[in-house]
Amino acid sequence: MTNLAQLFFDAASLGGLYAMAALGIALIFGVMNLVNFAHGEYIAFCVFALIVPSTDAVAVMFLGRAPALVLIPVVLALGGLIAVASEYAVFRHLRRADPVAMMIASFALGFVIRNALLAAYGGRPKAISLWPGLNTPVNIAGASVPLLQLIVIVTTLLVVTGLALLLKKTRIGLEMRAAAENFTMARLLGVRANRVITGAFALSGALAAAVALIMATQTGVADVKMGGQIMLVAFIATVLGGLGSLPGAVAAGFLVGIVSVVLQAWLPLDARPFRDAFLYTLVIICLLLRPQGLFVPASAKPRV
Amino acid sequence: MQSLHTSNRIAAYSTPVVLAVLLLGFVVLVALFGDKALARTMAETLVRVVLVVSLWIFVGNSGVISFGHAGYMAIGAYCSAWLTLKPQSKALFLPDLPGWLMQAQWPVFPAAIAGGLLAAFIALLSGAAILRLSGIAASIATFAFLAIVNTVYSNWEGVTGATSSVVGLPRYVNQWVALGWAIAAIFAANLYANSASGLALRATREDEVAARASGIDMYRHRLLSLVVSGFFTGVSGALLGHSIGVLNPDSFYLGITFISLAMLVVGGIGSLSGAVMGVLLLSLLIELLVRAEQGVAIGTTHFALPSGSQEILIGMAMILVLILRPNGVTAGKEFKLRPQWLRQLRLDGAKSTN
Repeated sequence: MTNLAQLFFDAASLGGLYAMAALGIALIFGVMNLVNFAHGEYIAFCVFALIVPSTDAVAVMFLGRAPALVLIPVVLALGGLIAVASEYAVFRHLRRADPVAMMIASFALGFVIRNALLAAYGGRPKAISLWPGLNTPVNIAGASVPLLQLIVIVTTLLVVTGLALLLKKTRIGLEMRAAAENFTMARLLGVRANRVITGAFALSGALAAAVALIMATQTGVADVKMGGQIMLVAFIATVLGGLGSLPGAVAAGFLVGIVSVVLQAWLPLDARPFRDAFLYTLVIICLLLRPQGLFVPASAKPRV
Repeated sequence: MQSLHTSNRIAAYSTPVVLAVLLLGFVVLVALFGDKALARTMAETLVRVVLVVSLWIFVGNSGVISFGHAGYMAIGAYCSAWLTLKPQSKALFLPDLPGWLMQAQWPVFPAAIAGGLLAAFIALLSGAAILRLSGIAASIATFAFLAIVNTVYSNWEGVTGATSSVVGLPRYVNQWVALGWAIAAIFAANLYANSASGLALRATREDEVAARASGIDMYRHRLLSLVVSGFFTGVSGALLGHSIGVLNPDSFYLGITFISLAMLVVGGIGSLSGAVMGVLLLSLLIELLVRAEQGVAIGTTHFALPSGSQEILIGMAMILVLILRPNGVTAGKEFKLRPQWLRQLRLDGAKSTN
């Protein structure tokens, strides 16, 4: 029983993290058909914004020293800012390009950001301590759960409901959904393309920042590579959920989180280092059975 | 009298000859200089030609971007290492290899072929699954494939040496060996692209729906091109391993994926000449930037770019090319002999025999 409760909290918090990352990618894909390979680097950028740039092994906190009430909005804004800036610098000039060209451009942009971080901070992972108190376990239903996991679960629920409300109830949300459905038609009906796209990038960047804060607290490490792995999972979740479907991305993010926690718990000890290989193989099998993803949005059907 | 179509088709086959002569010219020039460091750079560049040309066989003809080719490279490289390393060092570093593989000590050439064949086989298996997906989703799935290969090779301690490098590979790949494989890859790429399957695949790249309506089985042709591409990618991995002498799973991950795609995009995805030109241009740029990072002494002052600026500048160059010249430097055109010249030659030949 204890074990099951523990597993539940692990799975829900990891799934929540993945779901948030997947949402960030699905938002942009929905609006402009861009698979944003720079998303992982937004996450890494936000983590490194917490510390002072230097190539020393010991990290000195920079933004990270501010109280949480200041820190959280500032980091979220920073995430939004870099995403919007990258839209201005790169993707705005590629509006008419095909999705493949945009995807490669985002890959190149990610590479640039990653190497800029490497040049400024050095390649070695650094230990950082952001809110270490949050990792102290609390007893719930017989399982000892780090406070952070509960916060992650609650945050994910808040973010998802917040986003759902934003998309369903506000004007900008309506415009975004219209743009995701049929961009040309939406523009003809008076949706301002730049506003919608900038909005989507800002939201996506803020989601990346939220993921960054959680990961920094959870792992206590700042590493240039940390964005890459979670971005890959997020991609997989968006494809699995059906490219362009926001609820699909959230559901698939949770699903991937749950499966990877279960694999971690049940795989024999020898096979555990290969967990990710099993996970991705499962994903490919799943896609073979449902090539369009688990939740297919109406806009995904190709039109002739 | 020859039709224009026939002479166009013959002219299409002249592309690899032009490219091979171009590469041969560079190698001879470097050999005449006799500079060791330059010869090394040339060999590395030619290995990249093999890689990017084989990437082109799939990406250029199908229009589906693959992020997984570094995985096929790793498979080929490690296979060749297993077959060529001395049994003693294998017993020491890679104790879990099966007995027959432990004893194997093949000559280098068949080992490179075996590396290519294994990579082609894995390409067949992975492609059979991945290529059922639509374009963008397939690209993401190839990324997942790359992650699978990387996870397996960085954790399978007794067979791949995991993250501690495999050392002591015979370093036989010089510029001539690399040139031979580069020319072979270029000819194979051209042959495939002009075969019935290659032409059908390019039709699906231009218009998927129309190609399907004309009865083209897209999945089959994509898979075939991935297998051919996988073979040469595997070989390029083996060549890379045998030119630097050290293997590490992380040298077959995002870095090389990025640089090979950058070369393909800058040169122009649409043509084989573009793939080769992209490698030559970017290799030149990389070499210049590496020199600039080491610093240039002008008078008494020492100018140097900060380290890491090489990658950043190349990334920016790639974005600029995508924005300013989305079809790459060659814009999808091939270097080839003019069909008119070929016709003239034929006509002259016909006259002289009369």
